[in-house]
Amino acid sequence: MIRFEPRTNPSAIMVYGIPVMAAIIAILLAAIPLALAGAPIIKAYGLMISGAFGSMFSISEMLTRATPLILTGLAAAIAFRAKLWNIGAEGQLYMGSMAAVAIGSGVIDGPSYIMIPVVLIAGAVAGAVMLIGPTLLKTRLGVDEVVTTLLLNFIVILFVQMMLEGVLKDPMSMGWPQSEPVIDSAVLPPLIERMRVHLGLVIALTCAVALAIFVKRTVWGFEIRAVGENAAAARFSGISVTKTMVLVAMLSGGLAGLAGVSEVAGTRGYLATDLSPGYGYAGIVVAMLARLSPVGVIISAVFVASVFVGADSMSRAIGVSSYLADLIVAMSLLCVLIGGFLTRFKVRFEHQKSAG
Amino acid sequence: MEIIDILLTANFWAAALRIATPLIFGVLGALICERAGVLNLGIEGIFTAGAMAGWMAVWLGAGLWGGVLFAALAGSFFGLIHAILTVPLGLSQHVSGIGVTLLATSLSYFTYRTALPDVSSPPRIIPFQPLDIPILSDLPFIGPALLSQTALTMLALVMVFVTGWVLYRTPLGLAIRAVGDNPSSVEAQGLSVYALRIGAVVAGSSLMALGGAFLTMSAFDAFFFGMINGRGWVCIALTVFASWRPGKALLGALLFGAFDAFQVRLQTEVGAFLPSQVFLMMPYLLSIAALIIVARKADYPKALLVPWFKGQR
Repeated sequence: MIRFEPRTNPSAIMVYGIPVMAAIIAILLAAIPLALAGAPIIKAYGLMISGAFGSMFSISEMLTRATPLILTGLAAAIAFRAKLWNIGAEGQLYMGSMAAVAIGSGVIDGPSYIMIPVVLIAGAVAGAVMLIGPTLLKTRLGVDEVVTTLLLNFIVILFVQMMLEGVLKDPMSMGWPQSEPVIDSAVLPPLIERMRVHLGLVIALTCAVALAIFVKRTVWGFEIRAVGENAAAARFSGISVTKTMVLVAMLSGGLAGLAGVSEVAGTRGYLATDLSPGYGYAGIVVAMLARLSPVGVIISAVFVASVFVGADSMSRAIGVSSYLADLIVAMSLLCVLIGGFLTRFKVRFEHQKSAG
Repeated sequence: MEIIDILLTANFWAAALRIATPLIFGVLGALICERAGVLNLGIEGIFTAGAMAGWMAVWLGAGLWGGVLFAALAGSFFGLIHAILTVPLGLSQHVSGIGVTLLATSLSYFTYRTALPDVSSPPRIIPFQPLDIPILSDLPFIGPALLSQTALTMLALVMVFVTGWVLYRTPLGLAIRAVGDNPSSVEAQGLSVYALRIGAVVAGSSLMALGGAFLTMSAFDAFFFGMINGRGWVCIALTVFASWRPGKALLGALLFGAFDAFQVRLQTEVGAFLPSQVFLMMPYLLSIAALIIVARKADYPKALLVPWFKGQR
């Protein structure tokens, strides 16, 4: 017989060690598909590590990849804290990027210290607005937000496509559906010369720290945690659940929208429908690996980003499909889920006592 | 062409039924899982896995029905993962489902890319062919609409009746419905909550995978990246719309198929005035609308999303 006993206070080693173990197990499990693909396993791992950390350039690439992941990871973390299942970060990211190019590609101009905040705010507002609808449908009518936010991802992508073939289309793009480039004064400048890592990273890190303080040290942060732990009890103690949910939606959608601005004004420079390779969905994994802790999100985003960048470079070198990265990320999510179970329960193996 | 005329052609309803087929499989699968108390958001990935596994098996020479079997096995494999995480371990059904979707999708894509490293155009198989069933095809109106369908569509229609019969006419179905409403009462009957829930999720997931297999083995003849395109999520919405009943699931999927077939025809009529994306958005907007319409009176299985542990009172 296997029995599960609740653990009252898990040790710090368990709490912090389990996400790390989950990530390591997921990477080790990747040896199976690597072996089945007939790849040299040790060499493949070596190439992945050097691809993500081997040089100044690869570290810059990895941090560039980590930037949107920190923001979408924070978006998922704050929403999941309140048990608002926002799976729509992908759509909110695209709305944010679209708002950024709509006003950042020449409609208005000004010095950088005005233009950069303007595009950031525009993107955050667009992302936030995207999530308020599903949130109100949830609190008012009980419509499941998982399905609505998921479906909105597909609607937004089509909407972006429509805009890129219409009003936002760059006349100089030779027929490609892409927007005009973001003007120089709105571009998030690179942090290191001739490297791609840009101001977006600083913004993402600032958001993580600010969110950590917000959740831990403010009344609103307390209310968010209270609603997430027990909505009925929170309502009984006088917290407006609807108001708190809308606040969470604005934060979560806004952060995902910022990821879009960062990508379009920092990494890419223009908007196209292939802007995000699923940063919104990967953000869920980032948040879960971080156990929904804002500061933890930074570490897990760096992990996920290095898996992606490392697998890309390994793929180029020995021809194993870079979908291996998505596989590792998915497995680490499932592993950390199981790990989370082990922090809450002890597993006891018992022998059935014979009767009499 | 008049709009009413479109609705009266057998051709139109044939298209509607074709569009509805994967959704019928998907909604049946989802409602079996949810009736037992488990939300299965792995559906989108299980569709992908079914589409890939079924196609791959046929391509490797397993034969069409071998492909169907293989797709169902792939579906039940991912269903089993979701079931173990959510039933005995009682982990978040939302997060586990998203995890299974990510796992099934990436594993399918990785396998496809590894088996076919550098093909420019996806290889094709000979898919299921339209059936000619002697008596059915002679019926007025329904005959021609059914005439152009393949064996998989017929299987979907049969499964509607099988699922309905099992859920409402057998002791097993009674137990499955009870385990989604009040698991402790099932335990009191001496039945295993875990076994019932795990079984339902595995069975439901294999049905979902057939929805994916229909796409690569009947609707099309090849596997493409991103071909599922949200169909799984649409099924989750339609399950609520169908109030977890197989008959209504068929109706909902057909209604959805009819809307979709209608917008395709409308697009050829008025496509010049509106961007094509407006029409492509329709299925997703419709699903959200369907959810809002039934939101107030949706009668969710009472123990849906609620983990249950052995020995719990």
